[in-house]
Amino acid sequence: MKKTLLALGLGTAMSVAAAAAATAGTLADVKAKGHVQCGVSQGLPGFSNADAKGNWAGLDVDICRGMAAAIFGDATKVKYTPLSSKERFTALQSGEIDVLSRNTTWTATRDTALGLNFAGVNYYDGQGFMVRKSLGVTSALQLGGAAVCTNTGTTTELNVADYFRANNMKFEVVAFEKSDEVVGAYDKGRCDVYTTDASGLYAQRLKLTNAKDHIVLPEIISKEPLGPVVRQGDDQWFNLVRWTLNAMINAEEMGITSANVESMLTSKNPAVLRLVGKEGSFGENLGVGNDWAYNIIKQVGNYGESFERNVGPKTPLGIARGVNALWSKGGIMYAPPIR
Amino acid sequence: MTTISDEPSGKVSLWYDPRVRSMVSQVILIGLIAWGFYALVTNTIHNLERLKIASGFDFLGTNAGFTLIQSLIEYDQTATYGRAFMVGLLNTFYVAIIGIVLATILGFLVGVARLSKNWVISRVATVYVEVLRNIPLLLQIIIWYKILLLLAPGKREFGNILGIGNFNITGLWTPKFIAQDGFWVTGIAIVIAIALAWMVARWASKRQQATGQQFPSFWAGLAIVIGLPLLVFFATGSPGIVEHPEFVSEGSMLRRGFKPGVGFVFIPEFLALLFALVLYTATFIAEIVRAGILAVDHGQTEAAGALGLRRGKILRLVVIPQAMRVIIPPLTSQYLNLTKNSSLAMAIGYPDVMGAGGIVLNQSGQAVEIIIMIMVVYLTFSLVTSVFMNWYNAKMSLVER
Ligand SMILES: N[C@@H](CCC(=O)N[C@@H](CS)C(=O)NCC(=O)O)C(=O)O
Repeated sequence: MKKTLLALGLGTAMSVAAAAAATAGTLADVKAKGHVQCGVSQGLPGFSNADAKGNWAGLDVDICRGMAAAIFGDATKVKYTPLSSKERFTALQSGEIDVLSRNTTWTATRDTALGLNFAGVNYYDGQGFMVRKSLGVTSALQLGGAAVCTNTGTTTELNVADYFRANNMKFEVVAFEKSDEVVGAYDKGRCDVYTTDASGLYAQRLKLTNAKDHIVLPEIISKEPLGPVVRQGDDQWFNLVRWTLNAMINAEEMGITSANVESMLTSKNPAVLRLVGKEGSFGENLGVGNDWAYNIIKQVGNYGESFERNVGPKTPLGIARGVNALWSKGGIMYAPPIR
Repeated sequence: MTTISDEPSGKVSLWYDPRVRSMVSQVILIGLIAWGFYALVTNTIHNLERLKIASGFDFLGTNAGFTLIQSLIEYDQTATYGRAFMVGLLNTFYVAIIGIVLATILGFLVGVARLSKNWVISRVATVYVEVLRNIPLLLQIIIWYKILLLLAPGKREFGNILGIGNFNITGLWTPKFIAQDGFWVTGIAIVIAIALAWMVARWASKRQQATGQQFPSFWAGLAIVIGLPLLVFFATGSPGIVEHPEFVSEGSMLRRGFKPGVGFVFIPEFLALLFALVLYTATFIAEIVRAGILAVDHGQTEAAGALGLRRGKILRLVVIPQAMRVIIPPLTSQYLNLTKNSSLAMAIGYPDVMGAGGIVLNQSGQAVEIIIMIMVVYLTFSLVTSVFMNWYNAKMSLVER
């Protein structure tokens, strides 16, 4: 009896001590286990959504696929963890996932007090409102007295409180953890207004029983720079996420696509040669192969391709590039050079 | 080595002295627990530092920035995280207390109904118990919520539930009593009336034991508890008003509907949670009550009958008091279950202590602190319950004859 107790005590103490020991580094861990564990949403069409066969696709998913392509030369080596907005940070902090790529807004609190690092912005967004046409409302400033449905654990629930207070309007927020519950409650009429990131409004609108009865109001009430997130204290991993995104943006700027990347290997442009790994050792510096960006572009595509495929005008979401166009085309999507 | 225990002398090795052995093992065990606890705490702190996550309880004083759909105390987005947590705690109490009262009443009725000689009544009770007890509670909560949202009239219309209030998708609206200056006198009168009623009951039972004379102490008590405060209320000039909900049916679409803040409202999230908790817990209480009644020896009923007591009195004076001894302990643990189960509220957006605490956790990022606070809350519930149960058991064993 005493022996078992002792063993039990020692075992517990040892496992606690083991948990405390710092890991070798996320990249080494990921290489060892053979896949990237990617935290995504529980289903947001265009950003991270699984089809009937369980294949994930979307703008946010492409970041993870790009990372797998850079590390393993195989974009399919990703495993997904669907997370509610409320669960996502704990999952990342605790090491359950390697990277969080789930329409997550870069804010000061998250970047500092939560011990997280944002590796960049893959979609510049802002919060919007959706209402029933039958309300006869044309501006968010007419929403005084409204009941508003939204997600808990988001910047959204904070912004909406700020906005109504600043404009001296009465309101009531009905907040749920899961998006399906938010949309369901709004659809059944529990709320007059549904608010979330504008991109989310486009995506969730597809789930309403009668999408045509609803309109999105013109006001955008906040800045929501969405991007991939990692834990603080692992610069190598942080760099890899950041440069995966940068490579996709730079590729678009240079006109390199999944279709023509093969021919770019013999390009005369040194900047192109550096990106596709023919010159320099940028991949090595990141801890992966020098063909890292080549693999990303070949298997996932450049940023523009990913945008058009997942959320662009030809998709059900039908989102225009807007501010998410390249800086050279009137938007603010800008990546530092690879050199 | 093996010969030591065979020694014929009375001297026993310390190792085999049961008192020493138990002392040693207890010291070791306590030491291990203390060490484990110490390791846990220092490791947690170390890890939080390593992960550069802020820690400490200072965040409770910072501005929360979000609103909550229901709060029993003054609360808005300018309040602190600490207050948001309090709002959640009170919301848990609120649904738990009302739920416990209703589940007890329903549970007793169903428990007695299952023993009814009437075939239909006992069958209906059985089917109710068997079906609802076996459907996961979370599912029942969600289903009730969906049903409420589907059946309730839209925000700009309303239906009426006889005598209780008007309802639509925003909730069940009832009149609200608002106390005004001077109501405290009536408040004191209520306390005094309850004390008086209790004294009358004591006096009546003493007198009955001494002289055998009966006194309608229940009715007398009821009259005191209702009459005295009413009398005082009117004597002090009726310091209170009843505010009725107001329904606006014209003007811009958004203004139509029940006027926010006028009258009292039970929001649909609360109602769905309450229905589910009551209907689910009542099935267990019914089983406890049934078992309690069956545990009372049938001879007791027959003996009481032989003394000439009528059926109602037999149940009230002989069977139930004895059954209570069996019923109360498991009943308290059902109350505790109901309270703990109310944390499933999150699924439908009712801001209980788990829900509101969860939002605080997420917005502030202080997971460890919030989880500790929530654990302390539920641990306190459990400890209070078990203290009560121990007290009750002790009391019951004293009156045993
Ligand atoms: N960008 C905001 C909001 C993110 C958010 O949770 N949005 C909801 C509504 S679009 C969502 O992602 N729902 C999908 C899901 O819950 O899986 C934040 O980072 O706080």
